[in-house]
Amino acid sequence: MSSHVVPLKVYVGVFLALLFFTGLTTWVAFIDLGPLNTVVALAIATVKMLLVILFFMHVRSSSGLTRVVVAAGFFWLALLIAFTLSDELTRQWSPIPSSWGPGTSQSQTQ
Amino acid sequence: MSTAVTEIPQDSRVHYLNVSYGVKSWLLTVDHKRIALLYLGSITFMFLVGGVAAVLMRIHLIEPAGALVQPETYNKLFSAHGIIMVFFFLVPSIPATLGNFLVPLMVGAKDLAFPKLNLLSWYIYVVGALFTLYAVISGGVDTGWTFYTPYSSTYSHSAVIPVAIGVFITGFSSILTGLNFIVTIHKMRAPGLTWFRLPLFIWSIYATSVIFILGTPVLAITIFLLGVERLFHVGIFDPAVGGDPLLFQHLFWFYSHPAVYIMILPGMGVVSELIAAFSRKRIYGYTMVAYSSFAIAIISFLVWGHHMFVTGQSIYAGLIFSVLSFLVAIPSAIKVFNWTATLYKGSISYEAPMLYALGFIGLFTMGGLTGLFLASLATDVHLSGTYFIVAHFHYIMVGGAVMAYMGGLHYWWPKITGRMYPDMWARVAAVIIFVGFNLTFFPQFMLGYLGMPRRYAVYPPEFQVFNVMSSAGASILGIGYLIPLVYFIWSMRYGPIAPANPWGAKGLEWTVPSPPPTDNFEETPIVTEEAYNYAPIPEGQHG
Amino acid sequence: MADLVAHGSGHDAAHDPAATHSHSPDLKHQFDNMTQQFEAGNLGMWVFLATEVLFFGGLFASYTVYRSLYLPGFEIGSHLLDVRFGATNTAVLICSSLTMALAIRAAQTGQRKAQVILLVLTMLLGAAFLGIKFTFEWRNDYLEHLVPGVDFLYRPEWGGNGPHVQLFFIFYFIMTSIHALHMIIGIGLLSVLTWMAARGRFSPDYYTPLEVSGLYWHFVDIVWIFLFPLLYLIGGRYGIGGGH
Repeated sequence: MSSHVVPLKVYVGVFLALLFFTGLTTWVAFIDLGPLNTVVALAIATVKMLLVILFFMHVRSSSGLTRVVVAAGFFWLALLIAFTLSDELTRQWSPIPSSWGPGTSQSQTQ
Repeated sequence: MSTAVTEIPQDSRVHYLNVSYGVKSWLLTVDHKRIALLYLGSITFMFLVGGVAAVLMRIHLIEPAGALVQPETYNKLFSAHGIIMVFFFLVPSIPATLGNFLVPLMVGAKDLAFPKLNLLSWYIYVVGALFTLYAVISGGVDTGWTFYTPYSSTYSHSAVIPVAIGVFITGFSSILTGLNFIVTIHKMRAPGLTWFRLPLFIWSIYATSVIFILGTPVLAITIFLLGVERLFHVGIFDPAVGGDPLLFQHLFWFYSHPAVYIMILPGMGVVSELIAAFSRKRIYGYTMVAYSSFAIAIISFLVWGHHMFVTGQSIYAGLIFSVLSFLVAIPSAIKVFNWTATLYKGSISYEAPMLYALGFIGLFTMGGLTGLFLASLATDVHLSGTYFIVAHFHYIMVGGAVMAYMGGLHYWWPKITGRMYPDMWARVAAVIIFVGFNLTFFPQFMLGYLGMPRRYAVYPPEFQVFNVMSSAGASILGIGYLIPLVYFIWSMRYGPIAPANPWGAKGLEWTVPSPPPTDNFEETPIVTEEAYNYAPIPEGQHG
Repeated sequence: MADLVAHGSGHDAAHDPAATHSHSPDLKHQFDNMTQQFEAGNLGMWVFLATEVLFFGGLFASYTVYRSLYLPGFEIGSHLLDVRFGATNTAVLICSSLTMALAIRAAQTGQRKAQVILLVLTMLLGAAFLGIKFTFEWRNDYLEHLVPGVDFLYRPEWGGNGPHVQLFFIFYFIMTSIHALHMIIGIGLLSVLTWMAARGRFSPDYYTPLEVSGLYWHFVDIVWIFLFPLLYLIGGRYGIGGGH
């Protein structure tokens, strides 16, 4: 078998870190940071995900191929979201030239 | 190959076909070669069903007011034709038949990585197909194969849910097949078989499998959301409650555009094999062709918005998608150049597989070039929703993918069955298919350019001449497809016994007997040569 | 043709020169040695998980679109969920991931009894997650008429836009349902594994089914790690007097 055995204390350490971050993200949600609330929440979730992937799922000691597969999945999801948002969020951006509308000379922007 | 066999040949060698008999030995097989044949049978059946729908449509369109069916029925016919041909024929065709049969052979393995998963894939395909056939029989859908909301989710009174379930289920068949191929190609190559010694067919199957893995799940969840909206009337895509119908289209095309590359990439892989074998020459620019397969797979995920240029999509997104759509043509063009360069100074022969490969190069090029008109925003505005689009994708899907599939079936038929088919009939059929195909679909470019909309049951009388030409071509094309069906079946019992390597081609699959034994190789091969390592052609003997 | 391939010995030396397990009874016939089999199983599960990323991803993408467009409505919806249940469930799943990882470790170190206990614990924690979700959260949501497609009832005192709040709940229920379905499948897998482990099926030389099922289980946990902030913590909880 190729995988080596991860020490017990590493697993427990990761576990405690995950619980800590869960508490942290819940606590931060009760503080008004404006739009940063979402950023912080997602950042913490990403850290938790990385802990699970690297340690519980053994990616830290896995081959490059495994890492490519993991990265590809998430990267592709990012492509789906980014390109879809490139449409959904920019539909209102189209400017209306002054020569077209009956008297509306301003361009409409977001 | 021309002597007729008058008695039924006795074959005393044990191979995968005669190692066991009986329905159970086939329905419970885990041998990738038998599973490939199970797929071959079911896919051929679905092709015939989809073909019947096409024949009925072309008969109907002989007259401007429609010659055969009510408009509602016509809508169901083109929907059935699209759904069946895309999801149940083209997507699985080469991967599930030729891919399943050849991947272990070409990499020097005894079977795929997960044989039982392979059998499960087939059963999943069959269940999905049965759902869809049931839906078609019980009235069908009239939404088109694209299921656009809100018509499909709210207003259509047709069998959307059963068809959606059928397509949803069949998607998992693709996913498992792709998974099997990726793991097999990574982990089970024979010693010495480095990546750049692999046949180009394997490269394209690998690239196709990447698309299976990354694209199909999004289709699954999209169909699921469509079903939820239709069943529970919650407005995920309903503008009345803030939903966006275009979100459905984004999710749908995120899979369905790469899906068209699922349909063409394996065909390109087959063509590489055929061109090399029948020019007796290494594919020119092997490395570029290999990388192009990957480039196509990756870029194919970045262009889906070109199906939505006229839907109200943001013009900025449209610009990005348009530029990327031009980009995706480049690796395909590289392949065409490399195939052509391979032919140059090759020792060319014109057996049936080569006729299909040459036809592919010409017709795929035409289909691909017409894609550029559609990638360009300004021209797409006029061509979208017309027969130009129909012609464009049929040139690629039928003139390209199906011809490659036919070429591959002919090329590997002796390996699969141990029999040769009659070469003269095969060449005749290839030519009939080529002529019939062009007569069917070239007039459709003209129709689209002149403005005839697609998915319409009636049309203005000035379009009748081209429509009649197209329908005439369709009848010739249909005959062309029936001829191989007849002689392939004939050959399984009466065809001459095939040697291990009837074409004198390079490749691990030709080193085993025809048909192969169940475990493929008596001993694991060790590969020491590049792919397509044909002897240099002596001066003065170029074809 | 003769020089294309040299014929090697029956077993594939190039894959694993140090393989001593090529005659293990667990070796499947298509593989040459146990290492190849393990790596194939591992890669296969990771490729499957990549498909799951895209499967859930379609939901996350749709959610992202609507949240970007209708943030106020989504905030109102989020505040109607109970953070305590969400946070507790997150902790429950994290515990189950620990027990799962430890179960695999027990197999790697040849401890049969520990394997079984840890697998059972993992299943119990998974069941606890589902119990909290179904009997507390969803039951409450149903009683308060928050289930779209059943009897969603918008209350004007929430403020905001009714259809947008309903859209939030559509995504809440679809995403947590599909996640719950994956949990149920996971618990089913685990019950089979527990039975196998109890019969001594796994050892330091062969624990592939445990490893790949562990990957699946951790993945389902990761999905929840993202669902929790995205569904329960939108827009913060400050202005609402904390909690439900």
